[in-house]
Amino acid sequence: MRFPTLSSPHLTGPNSTTRVMAEVLLALVPGIVALAWYFGWGVVINVALASVVAVAAEAAVLRLRGRPVGPALSDLSALVTAWLFAVSIPPTLPWWLTVVGILFAIVLVKQLYGGIGHNPFNPAMAGYLLLLVSYPVQMTAWLPPTLLADHVLSFQDAFALIFLGTPPAGLALDAITQATPLDVMRQKLDLNQMISEIRQSPLWGDFGGRGWEWVGNWFLLGGLYLLARRVITWHIPASMLGAMLVAAGVFWLADPETHPFPAFHLFSGGAILGAFFIATDPVTACTTRKGQLIYGALIGLLVFAIRSWGGYPDAVAFCVLLLNIAAPTIDHYTQPRVFGHAKGKTHDR
Amino acid sequence: MDQAVRQTVPQPTRRRVWAFDGGLHLPDHKLESTGRPVRPAALPARLWLPLQQHIGEPAQPVVSVGDLVLKGQLVARPKGAVSAGIHAPTSGTIVAIGPHAIPHPSGLSATCIELASDGRDAWAELPAPWPDFAARDPAELRERVRWAGIVGLGGAAFPSSLKLSPRADQPIHTLVLNGAECEPYITCDDMLMRGHPDRVVEGARVLRHVVGAGIVLIGIEDNKPEAIAAMRHAVATAGDARIEVVVIPTKYPSGGEKQLIRVLTGAEVPSHGIPAQIGVVCQNVATAAAVADAVVRGLPLISRIVTLTGEGVAEPCNLEVLIGTPARELVAQAGGYTPRVAKLILGGPMMGFALPHDDVPITKAANCLLAPSRAESPPPPAPLPCIRCGRCAEACPVGLLPQQMYWWARAKDLDKTQDYNLFDCIECGCCAHVCPSHIPLVQYYRYAKTEAWAKEQERRKAEQARHRHETRVARLERLEAERKSKLRKKKEELETPTADAPAGDPKKAAIQAALERAAAKKAALAAQGVAPKNTEELTPAQQRQVDAADARRQAADAPVDAESRD
Repeated sequence: MRFPTLSSPHLTGPNSTTRVMAEVLLALVPGIVALAWYFGWGVVINVALASVVAVAAEAAVLRLRGRPVGPALSDLSALVTAWLFAVSIPPTLPWWLTVVGILFAIVLVKQLYGGIGHNPFNPAMAGYLLLLVSYPVQMTAWLPPTLLADHVLSFQDAFALIFLGTPPAGLALDAITQATPLDVMRQKLDLNQMISEIRQSPLWGDFGGRGWEWVGNWFLLGGLYLLARRVITWHIPASMLGAMLVAAGVFWLADPETHPFPAFHLFSGGAILGAFFIATDPVTACTTRKGQLIYGALIGLLVFAIRSWGGYPDAVAFCVLLLNIAAPTIDHYTQPRVFGHAKGKTHDR
Repeated sequence: MDQAVRQTVPQPTRRRVWAFDGGLHLPDHKLESTGRPVRPAALPARLWLPLQQHIGEPAQPVVSVGDLVLKGQLVARPKGAVSAGIHAPTSGTIVAIGPHAIPHPSGLSATCIELASDGRDAWAELPAPWPDFAARDPAELRERVRWAGIVGLGGAAFPSSLKLSPRADQPIHTLVLNGAECEPYITCDDMLMRGHPDRVVEGARVLRHVVGAGIVLIGIEDNKPEAIAAMRHAVATAGDARIEVVVIPTKYPSGGEKQLIRVLTGAEVPSHGIPAQIGVVCQNVATAAAVADAVVRGLPLISRIVTLTGEGVAEPCNLEVLIGTPARELVAQAGGYTPRVAKLILGGPMMGFALPHDDVPITKAANCLLAPSRAESPPPPAPLPCIRCGRCAEACPVGLLPQQMYWWARAKDLDKTQDYNLFDCIECGCCAHVCPSHIPLVQYYRYAKTEAWAKEQERRKAEQARHRHETRVARLERLEAERKSKLRKKKEELETPTADAPAGDPKKAAIQAALERAAAKKAALAAQGVAPKNTEELTPAQQRQVDAADARRQAADAPVDAESRD
């Protein structure tokens, strides 16, 4: 009787890339639902549009590269990129910008570097940043949360705005869009207003912008799910948010009138989404435990620094990409001690 | 063991155990093969004894084809220090010494002694049993262990006598007996400890005496309560306070030598080092039992317990098997294959290797024949690219970064793989097991190690060649220098004016001297009546011969001249 000879181990664990990606998608659902709840149908349209374009682009490039399309698509990584991109952009972004951003993310940033596992930069964030620096007006035209909006966009309104660029009858585009809370905070601080003054506005909730803070909470829920399912570890989210809170706290304590309360930073912009879903992208993040702590902490500090003194209201995407470049170097210097090796000695030579 | 006996066993004080990072909690699948007591396998008609069943030099046959041998008789002696002898597992005739399939990952053949058993199973004369081993010199006992051909029975098959020779500068304080048996499915050590705990304890005492250790720690994973109880009872019966059965948490690979030592003592064996460097010697429980047999009973190592398990065999069980028995016969005695059999693995599912067929003999290191079904050992899905999720690094019991080593191994950057401590990898398979991309990581590390060894060997060869070349160049230079200096000396001697030729050119003087010597010689010869043979005073016959020769020469030259003129 003859038997097949394969290399050990002969047991395969139940884990799979598809499962990992599916868990990430699942964890994104509460945040997406909350985002849609507060910002309307545009969010749903963006997610759908981004997904379709991402999968189509991935399939097309794989075919061009002569790679099997099926297994690469079934890993769901293109969908993860699409969803992360879709929740980062304004809910009424013109459709062609979404297409440009996703094509850049999937074709250039992901596939041209070799596809899943080989891209040095987070594709969703690279696509987002391309649009942010190229189309700053469209990319900063957010809607107000529905509970503050004078005109809540219906599905047809959102659809028309995204695909035809026509605002609802009788309304100018400016009338329905609004800057994000981070942007407002920044502009008002630049006008030398005190935090206590700024916070008089109905825009604010308990921590961050009204509506926004709840979106943050739902993304946090998804992040905790990923932690519980051991898809991610605590190192990057904890160090990133921890460093950001500590830095914000120090400045807030020093002068609470010109520096927002630390929780404002936490529940505004992309902090929570970034900490649990974007900075933790294993392909582009540090892989050593110590490296992950450094990587996360540097992102957190940089986010705070750019939000406070930089040229952009939010900075998660910039900081993630910046640390993506640094990740291999950080990994190199943070190798763990190997069993039986002396402390502080990473290798023999 | 009944309840009454169990209650008499004193519960030892809880000894602290340490943890090692990484590792896996795997479904242990031990119950399948522990339901039946160990029974001796049927005497095979033919046995194949590979000359190499251990790490080191192959043994050297001391029998020839046609010889009659008795059970326990030495048939191959160890060759060199790192080697182990082989004994006839039963009585019979040597029918061949030649290549036969052996259990090796390569699937290749190697030299085996083929023994046709005569069915009598008649014992050879054996050395004297030494129940009084404690009064004997450790060197004597070590020699007995070497005689018995004992190797590590946990799977490594390193000649045991070598591990039992501590260096003067490395005193041994602790003897660790490995009864962890951490790999799923394998139960041969479990069954040995249940069935023969007294032999293990006896072996522990012999080994402790040989290495001069103060204490023996027997590490057993907590998924083997029967073995733990039996061993504790045996220790209590022996009344030996310097032997402790230590229950350790079940976690793969706690049975790895370095991992077990860490768990039991808290100390780490240095990288590329041996346990003796931290005062520990580690032996498998089955090895200890074999040592007891050799020393206390004078028996060589000719059999072992082998687990036959998996959904691919009808009646999973443990058999006491003569070394050299073909695996096929054992499977038949375990009820044969079921239709679900998908593979045949020698060893466990994590570190064992797949056999291409069952026509291979059981060797000393063969602890388990695992015949899993497709469900138990599914064919691995096609590997996907690494997403650097780091699950492998979490699982690695050595603290390596498998994802980085994989990256460099794939890029064939061997130096980099070694920067990431490739050679600390114990190939336990934890990383590959948890990999979501199903990358055969261990295979990559084996490849990189083999390449690195080959490269190192090449480097060493090149170094030798360079050395040889340099030596040759140096030798030639030396000879040349010697020749030159000789010439110079001669020249100087010639150039030195002598007393006989006080004036004039020294060359002329030399010529003059030579002419004078020739004249003197001629005169002397003439005085003796010996005339030189020359063209003067020719006889007419000689003259004719000379003329004829001249004519022939001219005739031969003429056409050449004519041609050259054209």
